[in-house]
Amino acid sequence: MSSIAALAQGLGITLKALFSKPVTIPYPDAPVPLKPRWHGRHVLTRHPNGLEKCIGCSLCAAACPAYAIYVEAAENDPAHPVSAGERYAKVYEINMLRCIFCGLCEEACPTGAVVLGYDFEMADYRYSDFVYGKEDMLVEVQGTKPQRREAKYTGQAVKRGYAVPYVRAELEGVQAPILKEKRKAPAVREVEAHPADESSSHPH
Amino acid sequence: MTAFSIRRVPKLGFVGLLGIAPAFAQASEASTDPLWMVGIKAFLVIFGLLTAFAYMTLIERRILARIQIRQGPNRVGPDGLLQPLADAIKSILKEDIVPRAADKLVFWLAPMISVTFAVLTFGLIPFGPKHAFFGFDPWVINLDVGILYIFAVSEIAVYGIFLAGWASNSKYSLLGSLRSSAALISYELGLGMSLLAPVVLVGSLNLQAIVEWQHTHGWLILYLLPAFALFVVSSMAEAARTPFDLPEAEQELVGGYNTEYSSIKWALFQMAEYIHLITASALIPTLFLGGWRMPGFLTAIPWIGGFFAWPYLWMFVKIALFLFFFIWVRGTFFRLRYDQLMRFGWGRLLPLALIWFLIVAAVVAFKLPLSILAWLSALSLIGFSIYVVLGAKPQAPRRTMRPGVGD
Repeated sequence: MSSIAALAQGLGITLKALFSKPVTIPYPDAPVPLKPRWHGRHVLTRHPNGLEKCIGCSLCAAACPAYAIYVEAAENDPAHPVSAGERYAKVYEINMLRCIFCGLCEEACPTGAVVLGYDFEMADYRYSDFVYGKEDMLVEVQGTKPQRREAKYTGQAVKRGYAVPYVRAELEGVQAPILKEKRKAPAVREVEAHPADESSSHPH
Repeated sequence: MTAFSIRRVPKLGFVGLLGIAPAFAQASEASTDPLWMVGIKAFLVIFGLLTAFAYMTLIERRILARIQIRQGPNRVGPDGLLQPLADAIKSILKEDIVPRAADKLVFWLAPMISVTFAVLTFGLIPFGPKHAFFGFDPWVINLDVGILYIFAVSEIAVYGIFLAGWASNSKYSLLGSLRSSAALISYELGLGMSLLAPVVLVGSLNLQAIVEWQHTHGWLILYLLPAFALFVVSSMAEAARTPFDLPEAEQELVGGYNTEYSSIKWALFQMAEYIHLITASALIPTLFLGGWRMPGFLTAIPWIGGFFAWPYLWMFVKIALFLFFFIWVRGTFFRLRYDQLMRFGWGRLLPLALIWFLIVAAVVAFKLPLSILAWLSALSLIGFSIYVVLGAKPQAPRRTMRPGVGD
């Protein structure tokens, strides 16, 4: 007997939904708001004095369940140290096709050098372009390999399809587009490809 | 081409072919419009219907998307406005597969029948008073048997469906076409019965006579609310819309009569269905909501009344209202099971329509005052509201029996 009442209720529910704002984010046009625990492309962080945090201990490679990380360590030159420790990572490569973005490397790292950041738009054409080296992951680098390549061709700033509503402490120095307003899609804040005024992100 | 066949309905005996005495089918008065004007108007109606069909698909998808808190198609052209064009190009260019065992001629004929007879009915709907269309009449043809003609012709769509299923030579198509023919014919009864009430009350089958009657007496919905409700529900079934869209139940019943159809032939079936929907959305206001005239209370307001009196405006507003209602219903309800569909059609719709028709017939036969009908309509609305409010009480969920093993 309540069936007709239920039908009327259903019509009311859909009418309410009709006048509510769609939850869809038109992704390439509007930035995706990332969640606080998002695991994106790795970032190799630096100390405030500009020295790399990575000491080349390979614990991240040992912790990696996907065997995606390759580290080759070398002794620091005491006159011009690269890292804050005795040794530094001469080669630090992550194969983004193997990586499962689990964050175990971040947990294993004794110095907090490798942190999973925000970038996720890494689709590319060649296998070799998925192997990210140090020069692709240090904090001052903006965007992923294909994004930086596009920025180089067009002469524009690196465009990234996300915005973050927060800044994580361990990602200090990483320039990310900040989400001003929740759900209201602002244009992606244009970030300079090579910031000149960063005091903390350049060695020496 | 269609224009002239509509024009010559009495001579050709189109209606006579359907078993109605051709004598009935006299044009109510000598139409003042020249033949070429009728042709132009028929072309406009067909062109308008096809455009409306194309954009109905877009509007429907956008509204359904908003109901589901999505955005809907917005990529082709500004805000997705060119999506119908893209869809048309896609469906024309797709491979047109004809099953090897199909009856080629009938297979090809069925979508034609569907779409042709869907288009044929819209020309009777009056969009304004006489001479409102640049000095010509704003309708294609005016028949004394208007309503009979509309229902006779639009029912031929069942042939399209049935022939499609039969010619496909596929068991799914055949079962689907039988299912849909049975459903459509069942709901035709409820439709016809609920329609008899306004016809008996007005005493004419002519759509313009019905509109005029509503001008002098007030909208028919005031007198015939139950008939209106039943008519709306059964026209949803006639247009194969969602609560009753068994004819093409893609999700659970392998499509239906159009299982074997692809490309533009499939699109023609879709077109026929949407045109039926648009025709129903035009017919309901014409029969129950004063047709092309604006709501009476607006006339009382001094200058607004004159401003809004433009006839086409109100017809389009009313059509749009009902099209939205049908989309809204589609976005809300799920499809009925086949036995529920049949039980609802024969067990609820038909008896209710019959009872109401008897009441109206009694009022007309014994020359009782019309206010009795208005009071009965109001009473039925109040009763229905009480029923809904009482029914809205939360009930204990019914216990379901589960098999006793391992649960």
